[in-house]
Amino acid sequence: MNGFWTQFAFYVLAVIVLGAAFMVVSLRNIVHCALFLALAFIGVAGFFILLNADFLASVQVLIYVGAITVLILFAIMLTHKTLGAPVRQANKLSPLGVLGAVGLFLVTVLTTADTQFIARTSMQPADSTTAIAQALLGKGNYVVPFEVASLLLLAAMIGAIVIAREKDE
Amino acid sequence: MSLTGIIEAIVKGVGLPLSSVDWIVAIVVAAVLLAFTLTSVLIIVYVLRKLLGKIQARLGPMRTGKKGWAQTIADAVKLLIKEDVVPTKADRWVFLVAPIMVFVPAYMVYVVVPFGEGNRFIAKDLNIGILYIIAISSVNVIGIILAGWASDNKYSLLGGMRSAAQLVSYEVPQALAVLGPVMMAGSLSMQNIVLAQSGGLFNWFIFRPLPFLGFLIFFIASMAEINHVPFDLPEGESELVAGFNVEYSGMKFAFFFLAEFAASFTICAIAVTLFFGGWSSPIPHVLSSGGWTVAWFFLKSSALLFVLMWMRATYPRVRVDQLMEFGWKLLIPLALLNLLIVGFIVSMGGGG
Amino acid sequence: MNAITVHHYVILSAALFAIGFYGAVSRRNAVAVLMCVELMLNAVNINMLAFSRYVTPAAVTGQVFTVFVITVAAAEVAVGLALVINIYRNMNKINVDDINIMKW
Repeated sequence: MNGFWTQFAFYVLAVIVLGAAFMVVSLRNIVHCALFLALAFIGVAGFFILLNADFLASVQVLIYVGAITVLILFAIMLTHKTLGAPVRQANKLSPLGVLGAVGLFLVTVLTTADTQFIARTSMQPADSTTAIAQALLGKGNYVVPFEVASLLLLAAMIGAIVIAREKDE
Repeated sequence: MSLTGIIEAIVKGVGLPLSSVDWIVAIVVAAVLLAFTLTSVLIIVYVLRKLLGKIQARLGPMRTGKKGWAQTIADAVKLLIKEDVVPTKADRWVFLVAPIMVFVPAYMVYVVVPFGEGNRFIAKDLNIGILYIIAISSVNVIGIILAGWASDNKYSLLGGMRSAAQLVSYEVPQALAVLGPVMMAGSLSMQNIVLAQSGGLFNWFIFRPLPFLGFLIFFIASMAEINHVPFDLPEGESELVAGFNVEYSGMKFAFFFLAEFAASFTICAIAVTLFFGGWSSPIPHVLSSGGWTVAWFFLKSSALLFVLMWMRATYPRVRVDQLMEFGWKLLIPLALLNLLIVGFIVSMGGGG
Repeated sequence: MNAITVHHYVILSAALFAIGFYGAVSRRNAVAVLMCVELMLNAVNINMLAFSRYVTPAAVTGQVFTVFVITVAAAEVAVGLALVINIYRNMNKINVDDINIMKW
């Protein structure tokens, strides 16, 4: 991936995603945080397109931006108190948090900086949708995890409804 | 002389690097699509008002221009010069972003709509075409919730929440109904779906296995997705004082308005592509190449749009609990049944 | 810096993960903590897809794994937000420092 525009796109998207993520962790108004989270998700979908995962990019927009952000906004609106002064958003652990985050970042980057990742010179499948479908449902070995994931979603759906419903006296 | 050729010549003449040709082509295509969206909304609103008038035994707009053809232009000018009111306690940035988040997805969908044959009449034939449409349409919901929330008005918030619940509930049958044609065509790309239906009237997916069911589910779910008439409770004027867009005026209200009418043409265009053969003509090899395909596409889309407007004049509004019951208890099981049967038939070799 | 290699993506996803980690540890609002956990999961997705594309392009293992991560993240966010709503209904606050009635 050597083109000038690819690098341009990478750096622009990196600024968008990291900037939005930084806003998510530091803003006081939580609705604004949720909006910047949606922007971060859209930026990550852009990265997926740069990485030739087109099916995953649209799945990312559909599920993260279209459903999870809506869920977060609903939860914010149901647990939002309109009165009361806005409190400081960072709790007592925030210096440790900064230390931990910076430490994590440095360890990861320094470990991978010297590693040579040897690319096997094979071609990517042209149609990622068909390739994923074959892996999940066809000749790949991921049928059982696929079924387990659907059971997990069923359990999560039933659990969320049971936990969040109003107690009928 | 294709568009790319013309732009390459201009770029070489001016002296910009050759890699910017793609960008300039993209900007020009985006501008053309925006112009098409705005013009089509203009025409649709005028036709809608005249048609509603005819059905309700009255004349419709008659004063602005001969037979009232300039009515939409007058409405647009009125909306543009209106004062832009922002409520005092409203969240200014969220209030501003909400109409943008509703209009931009409605406009972005036009990238993959196949207006005609080949690569000339579609902005970009993505190989995840229909999935792109479903993904982008799901961003609408955020805009509507934010519009309801930012207006700092109880009725507006209630309208926004109801609309979001409705949109989220009807996304599922819409996506499931779309999977029928995708399975029969074997591809997510819009042009491939149209090509799989070529060859005459009875090759269209609406006449193939379990005829009409997939189309009906898709059509009804899409009407609920764009807040169209039987399902327009969130913006009903007699119910919630126009719901989530009650505090919006001027240009921001125009965005919501534009988004709704642009989306109504979009769902007709997508339904035509998926179920009615897109741009292919009903009689094979007669009038079926080049510019004639665009004519067939517009003819079919307009017919479906006429049906939508007819429903707008005919049906009363559905209550919110009836709406949720209908979506979850009737449409989703029917959509799953449709998926099962079409999948069975395709696996038996009946695909296209 | 002439081409985008896998190292660029690793640094990017490490940075995103670190920002999400900081947010999850130090935010007071429970919903905000869940939002930062979603950021961390997205960072992991970018990392896996980058490895899948640069190191083993023919096998789509990274993409399949990403599908599963997105699925599990959706399920987790749903249950987590249901819990937060329930806590709010019972205790009328979602400040994570104040929900400490199980402490001895």
